[in-house]
Amino acid sequence: MPSKPSAAFVFVLAFFATLALYPLVGGKFGVDLVTKIMIYAIFALSLELLVGGTGLVCFGQAAFFGIGAYATVLLSPSSDPAGLALWVFAILAASIYAFVVGALSLRTSGVYFIMVTLAFAQMAYYVVHDTPLGGGTDGIYLYIKPVFGPFDLDQPNTLYFVTLLSLIAVFVFLARLSVSRFGRALAGIRVNEQRMRATGFSTYPYKLAAFTISGGLAGLAGFLFAVKDGFVNPEMLSWHLSGAVLIMIILGGIGHLRGALIGAFAFALLQELFKSEAIFGAFAKHWHLGLGLSIIASVALLPRGLVGVPAQLQERLWGRSSRRAQSLGDTDVSH
Amino acid sequence: MSVTEAIANRSEVLIRCEALTRQWGGLIAVNQVSLDFCLGAVHAVIGTNGAGKSTLINMLSGEIAPSSGSIYLKSENITAWSQPRRAQAGLGRSYQRNTIFPSFSVLENCRLAAQSRTPKPWHWWQSASSCAQSLAAARQAAELAGLQDWLDQTAGLLSHGQKRQLEIAMCLAGHPKVLLLDEPLAGMGAEETDRMLTLLEKLRQDHAILLVEHDMDAVFRIADQITVMVNGSVIASGTPEEVRNNAEVQAAYLGGH
Repeated sequence: MPSKPSAAFVFVLAFFATLALYPLVGGKFGVDLVTKIMIYAIFALSLELLVGGTGLVCFGQAAFFGIGAYATVLLSPSSDPAGLALWVFAILAASIYAFVVGALSLRTSGVYFIMVTLAFAQMAYYVVHDTPLGGGTDGIYLYIKPVFGPFDLDQPNTLYFVTLLSLIAVFVFLARLSVSRFGRALAGIRVNEQRMRATGFSTYPYKLAAFTISGGLAGLAGFLFAVKDGFVNPEMLSWHLSGAVLIMIILGGIGHLRGALIGAFAFALLQELFKSEAIFGAFAKHWHLGLGLSIIASVALLPRGLVGVPAQLQERLWGRSSRRAQSLGDTDVSH
Repeated sequence: MSVTEAIANRSEVLIRCEALTRQWGGLIAVNQVSLDFCLGAVHAVIGTNGAGKSTLINMLSGEIAPSSGSIYLKSENITAWSQPRRAQAGLGRSYQRNTIFPSFSVLENCRLAAQSRTPKPWHWWQSASSCAQSLAAARQAAELAGLQDWLDQTAGLLSHGQKRQLEIAMCLAGHPKVLLLDEPLAGMGAEETDRMLTLLEKLRQDHAILLVEHDMDAVFRIADQITVMVNGSVIASGTPEEVRNNAEVQAAYLGGH
């Protein structure tokens, strides 16, 4: 890591500081919205570890999110509020499912991997959708929200800060991971798996570990989501959500952790924008159209995602400057 | 190392294959090949395109499973070992086509290769670049290959010749005992070829080297033993002198070279 703080580092610091101060001005609706977006950001970070960190395009990430959420509701005691154990169980449940899915799907690669992860996610979806286990299509309610020591997660502001702390913890964890031996090996696998094997790395356990960690982090996001809404339904495991989180990291810029942060916020805010009747009137009903078009436009115009905008502007203004390495289509460690 | 030691070492077979065969349907890429590769010797395998040289390297390094036959590392049968396990046991290879990590720096390419010696993936809080052991091995390998002035360069921006050097450096960074080099001189200029041959001379002392190469001048200059393959089979194997004078080789391959 460089000794002088990079622009990326300053950005991330400012980003988290802004989030920490937001409840002072946010109001009830705002706090609720930003809590939701921060949960999506954790979810997006979990996928970024796979896609940007390891080169594994998982199209079934919602299953881990949903399993984390369902585990939270199903394992909640019916009388007293749950404690930290519930948090652990939710993450564990998602990790275990990710381990099983990873163990099988990582035997394939490329487009087959994408399809197999999707298939496993659909499997989980139909289990909760078509069996009484999770209340079927109606979903189930979480009546008593967990209490972590002095922190009652039923309080919106408390939940906001617990979510923010989780987001920061996940971000720092992944940032450390990306420059560790493990993370560097994952990066090597992303760029050239064959070479990694020839060098003496058994790549399968590395990928499986990454997949399991990613599933656990998605499960954490699912836990927070279940606690926030107090309700889970099968749509939390649907492929729409797997697609949405993939779009978030593409929108933000794959290959950068802060891309997942920016992408989650951009996606959610665009969604709110196009859903707003105050701005779009009756057309707000068709918000999918506006959201879709704006995503197509941003992918076409910003091939490196929102993270790449400063560099892209710089190149526009000062010509193709020193950033030659980026022409290689793949950037090295960066937050 | 003294001359006598070198000669004594030469008798030590590091890697050996017996009746190694690989076929794809009706095509026999490698047919009943039995060869020894000794410590302290450069063993060149030559042959036309499609003679099965790369397939042979791929089988020895574990990238492709043989259809039949066995491979021994010293006295151990490693035929069923995975490629990473063989690499851990001391088999290093370089590729005919560059398979470097283009977006990483030269040093990081070598460091990552060296990291395979001290993987410690569970040390997630510890920065990989603080691993003194793999950094030292990486620097040393880069220096051996002549890249000491290019450590911070992005590997994808190196010249072709430098990328070939990096291939070798990455192979060396893992401290292998056996070097399986697939056309290390391909596309190199005269000066770069010279430097690479000097490096191979140096590496010969404490490695067993399998050299697949098309540059005949280089092969005859450096090889201790030459094996000629045609259509997957070995038609001759011996000292450069023996191979040069072999009538079958002249007819089949050297064409009166």
